[in-house]
Amino acid sequence: MARIDVNHVRHSYLPNPQKDADFALREVHHVFEDGGAYALLGPSGCGKTTLLNIISGLLHPSHGQLLFNGKDVTNLSTQERNIAQVFQFPVIYDTMTVYDNLAFPLRNRGVPEADVDRKVRETLEMIDLASWAKKKARGLTADQKQKISLGRGLVRSDVNAILFDEPLTVIDPHMKWVLRSQLKQLHRRFGYTMVYVTHDQTEALTFAEQVVVMYDGGIVQIGTPAELFERPRHTFVGYFIGSPGMNVMPVAIDGKTATLGSQRIELPGAPKAGSGAVELGIRPEYVRLGREGMAVQVSKVEDLGRHKVVRAKLEGRDISAVIGEDETLPADPKVRFDPAGINIYADSWRVEMEA
Amino acid sequence: MEKTWNNKAWFMVLPVLLLVAFSAVIPLMTVVNYSVQDTFGNNVFFWNGSDWYTEILESERFWLSMVRNLIFSATILAIEIPLGIFIALNMPKKGWGVPVCLVLMALPLLIPWNVVGTIWQVFGRIDIGLLGYTLSALGFDYNYVNDPTDAWVTVILMDVWHWTSLVVLLCYAGLVSIPDAFYQAAKIDGASRWAVFRYIQLPKMNRVLLIAVLLRFMDSFMIYTEPFVVTGGGPGNSTTFLSIDLVKIAIGQFDLGPAAAMSIIYFLIILLLSWVFYTVMTNVDAER
Repeated sequence: MARIDVNHVRHSYLPNPQKDADFALREVHHVFEDGGAYALLGPSGCGKTTLLNIISGLLHPSHGQLLFNGKDVTNLSTQERNIAQVFQFPVIYDTMTVYDNLAFPLRNRGVPEADVDRKVRETLEMIDLASWAKKKARGLTADQKQKISLGRGLVRSDVNAILFDEPLTVIDPHMKWVLRSQLKQLHRRFGYTMVYVTHDQTEALTFAEQVVVMYDGGIVQIGTPAELFERPRHTFVGYFIGSPGMNVMPVAIDGKTATLGSQRIELPGAPKAGSGAVELGIRPEYVRLGREGMAVQVSKVEDLGRHKVVRAKLEGRDISAVIGEDETLPADPKVRFDPAGINIYADSWRVEMEA
Repeated sequence: MEKTWNNKAWFMVLPVLLLVAFSAVIPLMTVVNYSVQDTFGNNVFFWNGSDWYTEILESERFWLSMVRNLIFSATILAIEIPLGIFIALNMPKKGWGVPVCLVLMALPLLIPWNVVGTIWQVFGRIDIGLLGYTLSALGFDYNYVNDPTDAWVTVILMDVWHWTSLVVLLCYAGLVSIPDAFYQAAKIDGASRWAVFRYIQLPKMNRVLLIAVLLRFMDSFMIYTEPFVVTGGGPGNSTTFLSIDLVKIAIGQFDLGPAAAMSIIYFLIILLLSWVFYTVMTNVDAER
């Protein structure tokens, strides 16, 4: 297991990158702590797979440095870095048996056959495939194949990290849940450093202790699921995490009040001065519908079974609110913002408020 | 569901029945007809039973042609399959090299058989041919007209030149269908170049290779035009393969009876081999 330092890493797929826009990865500077479970979350094309492949050594970064436990590994090959990676589509050697698939990485490294046997049997127990050992790998289901991909990483006891690249994409929904909890269990039992790339927020939030949100080639926020939800550092995090995403509206600030059109909103504190357009962000969960507050025109109500999502117009802008399954809309609906859920953004980045 | 019987339906399949009858069944039946009868001219035929078959099967000439043909097929398979795999493995996977290589590979396949024969017939001539002249000038005693070994080398070289591309293209199609993740996973698993070939590339080429072997075997087992143009089956009988021999008997000597019997035997062998290949291929499929 290892601590992974990503030092000012930039990467471009172009031979001569000039502008910032040429970089698939603008600049990432981050430490993945030993034994941590991290999720890299972001939309397609945000650079999360690029970052993962740089860590595993499948890509060599254009700039920057990579340290494993303080040792520079930037120029080491994938094999020398000793990491495991699970890909989006299960990779199995389909002419081999399940047993031989797991033994493959060890045999390639010249491990004595007695040790191979012991390790493979242990790993088969860990991934619940002991009874399949002698079967040809090609007859397995997608989730079993994905377990084998994982198993080929686990079988090497000294791996520095296990990297996952959207590993549950091709797995049936009910198996996704099972596999995810098995992964968490493995992490708790053996303390692997795990980095998990996904664009599915549920997956990221349930798997990881720390979620790294990436946007447009850079990291916009690193935090626990609760931090990402309550205090998104960037409006993108607000939009991307949560369903529906955060409501963001342009406001004018005067001390502890924000003005939105003809409405005045009390803030929990006075925001520090920031440059650029000022916006107020509030999650639908903190928008209270009732008989007092700002008048809205409701356009539709989506009943999601557990709660309802109300889509409405406030001062001509779209706004969503979440209400309980049993709540009903008043005849003349008005909204209030819960001060606990209000965040102020200047130029899309969050600014602190002074009480 | 209850099926509706309507005898008019037979009328609908009549065109295709006629077509198959005229293109395949009737010609084949005339061959069967010839193979069991003898004639002394004037369109008078005598029933001959299985005599022609016995004669062919007991003739040394038939078996020698067969052995020559099998050696030829085995040799070109032993060269073309590994060479085709090797070239396919080394072809570029992306960039401007791909269309260039594909066109270069497709070129020999687009040339008609008799033209290929003519090209090599001229190419190998010691007086004006590039290959023949160069070899003689360098002091090699090369002459495909007189020397059986040289004739064999020329015919095999010609077939390799003509058909290796087919194996290359088939293998290449198999190779490009392998997702990148397999190679990345292999790197992470520390697989050697040989292991990547043995456990990733070869299994993925499995099916196309089977098709390549089938096509090349069938084609080479029936080869006629190219060696006929280059060597005419000679020197002596050294490059007389089955179909060349068949034509010699039928048209050269005008022995219609034995030629017909030989055709039928030849046809049954091909039918048997096709069946074997088909069974093997469907079994491989069922295993997946």
